[in-house]
Amino acid sequence: MTSTWIILGATSAMARAFARAVSAEGAGVLLAGRDMEDLAAQAADCRLRGARLAEAHAFDARKPEGFAALIERMEQEEGELNAAVFVGSMPEQAAIDADPSLIDGVVTDSHTGPARFLQMLASVLEARGSGTVVGVGSVAGDRGRIGNYVYGSAKAGFATYLSGLRNRLTRAGGHVVTVKPGFVDTAMTWGLPGMFLVAAPEAVAADILKAVRKRRDTIYTPFFWRYIMLIIRHIPEPIFKKMKI
Amino acid sequence: MRWKTADYAGWGRVLTARGEIARPERRRALDDILEDGLVPAIGMRRSYGDAALNDGGRVIEMTRLDRMLGFDAATGVLDVEAGARIGEIAAAFAPKGWLPAVMPGTGFATVGGCIAQDVHGKNHHHAGSFCEHVVSLTLRTAEGTVEVSPEKTPELFRASAGGLGQTGVIVSARLKLLAAKGDVMVVTERRIADWDEFLARLDASEATYTVGWIDATATGTALGRGVLEEGETGSGLVPKRVKFRKVPFDAPAFALAAPVVRLFNNAYYRRVPETGRTVVKPISDFFFPLDKIHDWNRLYGKRGFHQFQCVVPLGSAPALRDMLEEIAGSGLASPLAVLKRMGPGRAGYMSFPMEGYTLAVDFPNRAAARDLIQRLEERAVAAGGRLYFAKDSLARSAGIGAMYPELADWQEAVAKADPEGRLATDLTRRLNLRSAP
Repeated sequence: MTSTWIILGATSAMARAFARAVSAEGAGVLLAGRDMEDLAAQAADCRLRGARLAEAHAFDARKPEGFAALIERMEQEEGELNAAVFVGSMPEQAAIDADPSLIDGVVTDSHTGPARFLQMLASVLEARGSGTVVGVGSVAGDRGRIGNYVYGSAKAGFATYLSGLRNRLTRAGGHVVTVKPGFVDTAMTWGLPGMFLVAAPEAVAADILKAVRKRRDTIYTPFFWRYIMLIIRHIPEPIFKKMKI
Repeated sequence: MRWKTADYAGWGRVLTARGEIARPERRRALDDILEDGLVPAIGMRRSYGDAALNDGGRVIEMTRLDRMLGFDAATGVLDVEAGARIGEIAAAFAPKGWLPAVMPGTGFATVGGCIAQDVHGKNHHHAGSFCEHVVSLTLRTAEGTVEVSPEKTPELFRASAGGLGQTGVIVSARLKLLAAKGDVMVVTERRIADWDEFLARLDASEATYTVGWIDATATGTALGRGVLEEGETGSGLVPKRVKFRKVPFDAPAFALAAPVVRLFNNAYYRRVPETGRTVVKPISDFFFPLDKIHDWNRLYGKRGFHQFQCVVPLGSAPALRDMLEEIAGSGLASPLAVLKRMGPGRAGYMSFPMEGYTLAVDFPNRAAARDLIQRLEERAVAAGGRLYFAKDSLARSAGIGAMYPELADWQEAVAKADPEGRLATDLTRRLNLRSAP
């Protein structure tokens, strides 16, 4: 069946790797983000790697007035419609401590913006009776930590939203995959201290694609983060609150 | 842009550097970095020595600017960012009937790196060097962004092709691809008994792609024995490679001790039946045989290794034979040794190729091997040949002018493109390339 992916936050390294992976299988890709020059280059790249269709579209999680046009564009494509959400922003916790108003932006970028888009898309997927939504959260959403709890709380909210959306779309033949990456080798983590077991974006993209095919619900990538987070989630709060990890 | 302070090394892992590295993922991020002045660009660091090192300074890793930007099927010209890897381009285009016209021995080399070293491939005798298929390139020099082409800016083009990144940051390039029959290779392998037969076979070969593996441990009447591979592209079905292997740790020194290498080489020689054979394999297996084993450079242990590669003119074949004799007699060589005939094709002032024979041999990094390589280098220069900057890590400044007669032209163009010397690397400093007489 013809398949089309809309990729939100398409200029991120993980999204780029994912777009290439689905392009190689001949899917159509609508690359949505803010840096139009970069998106145009990426669209050309996807076409040359086998995408049936590749277009650059403007998307800003903080500007919901643009969402409807994107969804209309998707509806013009026949066959299976899919969405992959890679948007999010992570200012340093210290910057947020200095200016608490930054929280609004983080929550919009990482949770409410994409959730609002997916909410508008949900009925379209239900009508088609198919389609997969990939939502990229973060292991940071599994437990609030002193280093990045605002970002973590936004990702936790998004993960809960995805679980509800999965409950809804499953009934109509659709599916939702929640992805929780650990440390990935991107511009966001480049040169940050304390990074370990950093995964290549291509490896993460391959994991996501496998999860889509197998209709997995929630994946950690690389897989061992499931066990790292299992331990972190089970540290009793009286101890955890004194830790700095 | 965040700078990461890191230790990094050339592929041979002998020469290392410590410095700040930026890795832009978008063109805009690259522009921001270059706003404050030029910084040397590096790729996948597949050069064996110090071509991609800038100890104590900064470098820009271009590997994330790796997109294919456009392709014209009428002319076969591909517009691609400098960080794209040759193997990726081959994988995307071979099924459509196109290949990069020249491919080096590893698919991990980037387009920018292939230009900066003006690399050659197994078809050099027909197709010439990499940059002879570069239609134009987008170069960031001290004066801003320039379109460089052999027709419009011949001096700058000749200085940039094989120019070790000294004329500017290569941002993207337009490459003329070669029509290929399909994405498999039909390869004829035959045993070669000795040196004379090897040269005769190489001279007589009419195949599009040829490469000779040479047993650099064989001595006496077997000196120069090996396996000649001749390949043509074809169409058909072969199983795709399932999984890459990875070398998980630094191998101990005895892994490449002389008796082990001799045993391995003997088996490798006899792997090909006496009558020869023709096999069909995926393109990547023929062009990039070692890419299957990720981090294979770790097989040489933590001390690393050197590769000696030189080319000598056709008439100096006896000198090359003497060099091989010295190598074989030393018992220091690893199994990786390659003999090829080169054509005259070269695109830049500092390009390596010349019409003749090229020999490449790897050696584990030991004092005796370093001494041997330095003797071999002197012999290569005396024979009218030259050394390959992509491989060298031991040469000294003297003799460069004799090997590269257009050095002065290159220096003049480089001084114009980067007057402040901001693009200098450990290699150009070691060999005093930018100012040597």
